[in-house]
Amino acid sequence: MTNIPETGRTPRVQIRLVVIQILVLSLLGTLGGRLWYLQIRNGDEYAKEASGNHVQQVVSPAVRGSILDARGVPIADNETRLVVSASRTDLLKMDDDGKAVLTKLAGVLGLKAKDVIDKVRLCDAKTPQPCWNGSPYQPIPITDEATPKQALQIRERAEDFPGITAEPQAVRRYASPAKANTAQVLGYLSPVTDDEITKAKDTDSPYLRSDQVGRSGLERQYDKELRGKAGVTRYEVDNLGRVIGQAKSDEAQPGANVVTSIDSRVQRVAEYELNEAMKVARTEYDKNTSENYKADSGAVVVMESKTGRVVAMASNPSYDPNAWVGGISGKDYARLTGKGSNYPLLNRAIQGQSAPGSIFKVIPTAAAVNAGYSFDGPYQCASSYSIGGQVFKNFESKGYGPISLGRALEVSCDTVFYSLSHEEWKRDGGIKPKKNAKNWFYKTAHQFGLGKETGIDLPNEVTGRVPDRQWKQDYWKANKDAWCKYGKKGGSYAQQIAYENCLEGNRMRAGDSVNYSIGQGDTLVTPIQMATIYGAISNGGTLYEPTVGKAVVSADGRSVRQIEPKSNGKLPMSRKTRDEIDGALEGVATRGTAAWRFGGWPQDKIPMHAKTGTAEVYGKQTTSWFATYTEEYSVVMTISQGGTGSGASGPAVRKIYNALYGVSEEGKIDKRKALLPTPQKKLPKIEADGSIDAPKVGVYPPKAEKKAVEEGQALTGADPAATVPANNTGNNRDTRRRAARPRKRRRTLT
Amino acid sequence: MTGANGFSVSGYGPERSSWSRLFARDSLARRLDWPILFSAVALSLIGAALVYSATRNRTELNQGDPYYFLFRHLLNTGIGFALMIGTVWLGHRTLRTAVPILYGLSVFLILLVLTPAGATINGAHAWIVIGGGFSLQPSEFVKITIILGMAMLLAARVDAGDKPYPDHRTVLQSLGLAAVPILIVLLMPDLGSVMVMVIIVLGVLLASGASNRWVFGLIGTGALGAIAVWQLKILDEYQINRFAAFANPELDPAGVGYNTNQARIAIGSGGLFGTGLGKGSQTTGQFVPEQQTDFVFTVAGEELGFVGAGLILVLLGIVLWRACRIARETTELYGTIVAAGIIAWFAFQAFENVGMTLGIMPVAGLPLPFVSYGGSSMFAVWVAVGLLQSIRVQRPMSA
Repeated sequence: MTNIPETGRTPRVQIRLVVIQILVLSLLGTLGGRLWYLQIRNGDEYAKEASGNHVQQVVSPAVRGSILDARGVPIADNETRLVVSASRTDLLKMDDDGKAVLTKLAGVLGLKAKDVIDKVRLCDAKTPQPCWNGSPYQPIPITDEATPKQALQIRERAEDFPGITAEPQAVRRYASPAKANTAQVLGYLSPVTDDEITKAKDTDSPYLRSDQVGRSGLERQYDKELRGKAGVTRYEVDNLGRVIGQAKSDEAQPGANVVTSIDSRVQRVAEYELNEAMKVARTEYDKNTSENYKADSGAVVVMESKTGRVVAMASNPSYDPNAWVGGISGKDYARLTGKGSNYPLLNRAIQGQSAPGSIFKVIPTAAAVNAGYSFDGPYQCASSYSIGGQVFKNFESKGYGPISLGRALEVSCDTVFYSLSHEEWKRDGGIKPKKNAKNWFYKTAHQFGLGKETGIDLPNEVTGRVPDRQWKQDYWKANKDAWCKYGKKGGSYAQQIAYENCLEGNRMRAGDSVNYSIGQGDTLVTPIQMATIYGAISNGGTLYEPTVGKAVVSADGRSVRQIEPKSNGKLPMSRKTRDEIDGALEGVATRGTAAWRFGGWPQDKIPMHAKTGTAEVYGKQTTSWFATYTEEYSVVMTISQGGTGSGASGPAVRKIYNALYGVSEEGKIDKRKALLPTPQKKLPKIEADGSIDAPKVGVYPPKAEKKAVEEGQALTGADPAATVPANNTGNNRDTRRRAARPRKRRRTLT
Repeated sequence: MTGANGFSVSGYGPERSSWSRLFARDSLARRLDWPILFSAVALSLIGAALVYSATRNRTELNQGDPYYFLFRHLLNTGIGFALMIGTVWLGHRTLRTAVPILYGLSVFLILLVLTPAGATINGAHAWIVIGGGFSLQPSEFVKITIILGMAMLLAARVDAGDKPYPDHRTVLQSLGLAAVPILIVLLMPDLGSVMVMVIIVLGVLLASGASNRWVFGLIGTGALGAIAVWQLKILDEYQINRFAAFANPELDPAGVGYNTNQARIAIGSGGLFGTGLGKGSQTTGQFVPEQQTDFVFTVAGEELGFVGAGLILVLLGIVLWRACRIARETTELYGTIVAAGIIAWFAFQAFENVGMTLGIMPVAGLPLPFVSYGGSSMFAVWVAVGLLQSIRVQRPMSA
């Protein structure tokens, strides 16, 4: 019946009806197309937007795990404090950017208004501290030391303090048991940055805006374990924010505790004795530079020789890690990082590198044996050794006649090693190396683990340097342009050196190999490398990867992940050579260069081995090195610009051993006084409720002795410690230091 | 619900002949347009499900009864269905004779809206509150009287065989007839309804065979009128903002752009099959305002997906397609004009309603025929269906 009816119907109407029909259908087609575009083509995008629309997250931060010493004494934990913070977002909504509110707040807190206002500004290149370097959306802590009265004032008059909150919060505390602050090993925290949040967004451990992140030391190394997992509760909400849907919630998982091999008591002894040794060194006269030794920095490492575990690690100058808690003040920041600061943040045990001097000699000894030279020799120990008119002197120009390699170690005879190294250099082709050059002395150093990180579980370890032919080539390539520009034939001494370097700095000269053989010249090592090497000699040849972390224990103590000792390989020496070197090093302690420091030591009960080192540094005073080991421990100390090895570092190392084994100055062993005659094996027990039975930590030095020391300090008047005090502004930091710790503290992690 | 009473008033026309016609041998079953009937019922039932999903959580609206709106929507559908039967029974020709009374009544009702008896609901002063929870939107019925009135005037001389096309005088008269209620509705102001009525007038003029000059003249006048409305600031600020938000949907997503933004998110998140009825988070979370009435299509988009929302468009397409056939196949101009007016009405209203939820049309408060909740609208569209059926049923009985 689609025909045109015969009556009353004109073509015009009929055509128009068809037009209407087409129009109507195209309208519907348009709708269908648009519907397809929204739902099928862009559907995923809108689905995502929809889910973002109606899910609200409530985040409860996780409590950061503690760092414990080997016996369970907390060296970093948390305490609850009243934190007053300001929300920048709220403040900026006010006409005066919140200045009036902050001024009023400063009045309540007893602070200067300017300081408070400065604290909430954002850090940038031009803004000096104090400023806020965290996320601008996160509440900015003004103080974490509000009194309950101040907090009440703020909370009761909330309408007077818009954007200001005062709430109890778990705040990091570096407990410094027995004044052992372990600062550089622990590291510090600072607020997470926007970049880090973005980067970690899709990983299995994303950050919260309020998170603190470990920036160095153990806090950084074990950040993921310590941080735990924040609790997130997801609520489905309607357009008014009312909860309508099933709430999905992940409970906060408190961070795990990291048990370290650090023994706070030994750590205290190490820190204290290092500081004392540096103070003493500063009173000694250096006849080479005609002034007292500067003793500007130093480090000491106490390591379990059979496992590579670090029992104590001290670096001087040091600082109070609590300075970082709750945002560092501008003054403190300058003190810790400024040019005049001497960089106390550096952990010189792993980040300080210098020429090792004679403690290096165990390496050329092993190298010589590997190259085919007999251990027994004899080798001529002349007072000097000359190559082409250049004279290399023995230390203090003393000759000992024909001796074995062992005796050469004992008396630290340089010329024996000069001649061996020089001979090998010639064998390898001298200045123009043969294709199959053996490079025994350098190869052996690499096999000892030098020139690369030991792999300790602390961030930013440095490698040191083995100045082999390859290094010379690389170094010359990198520097020749500067050398060639500056160098001048017949100019000043420095210009002449540069000129020579420009010409043939890529070649290893005879003098280089001679200097290298006694750990001088371009050789660089770190204390941790030397502690690892001497520990390996002690344990029969295994180079352990040093560790500070011993176990990661969950907050409830149920899950324990042990960090097992890991071998980095064997020392390149036979058992026989090991025994011979071991014997020689014992000789150093009993009749060699270190003997005068171990007078009365019970050698029959606790065999002591040692090697002294005094490294010369161009333009500076000599570096003191002292490397020692017993059956259980290796202890390596160094003091920059501190004098001789045995002279500057000897007494301190002896005192550390005294404390470890309970040996008196006269050599009597009192087992009750021994702090750690054998390494701590058992892990501390962490209860299900998170509490830890931590033993007492005694005072060091013992009271009577300490009194005398303090009187001595009072006489000198000035601050005697090389330690940089983290804060002496005197206002509030001191309140957090606890005078005495309870005997057995039960800690609850909640 | 009492809104349709004006159309179920009986007592006019030869009741007896209508009755016999309705039950004449094979006629009704054979001549009734079943696809339109089926589609209209399906749309109303889908609408009921969507209205239920949109309102079951809106305790501030449903008085604590999640089935409140579902029940009322079904009731409206039932009443609408009865009105359709009544309309078919009376027949569109019979109603032609009642046009003066219907026209007078509907103009009276919209005038009543302008008096204190009128009420403002959702920003439109277009309602008469009757009491007992009932209210009436007379502009919905004006749409029908404009169609019937104009068709009566325009078709009279042509159907009588006097002229091939309506002359200028008749066109002028019919435009005058439409202009009175349109101007009153404009004063409310119920701009959405005015737009629909203007489109209806356009459809009616097209189908009447009136000269092209009238058609283009009307389009020009409409454009001028729109400019005048804009310039004379007859629009309220919210109406201007709606247009601004349409032009730039990112503008102020919490404010005027909110509706369209949320509507688009709801529809877009539905995907191919949707979340399932009652499971859409946008709907459950009440992120889309007016979701049971003007934005009911978003429920379909989110919970029934492309398949379900597409089905609604297909069903509307069937209604309009069949209506176009009816318009073309009827032998008298009167029926053609009435059918064309209804097509223009349904098509524009559906396009505007769905288009605004999809972000291709500015927001205007218009219901989606059959699907949106609302008594007056439901009754009016079912009466329109009755008119279409009547035109088809009575087709062979040419005048």
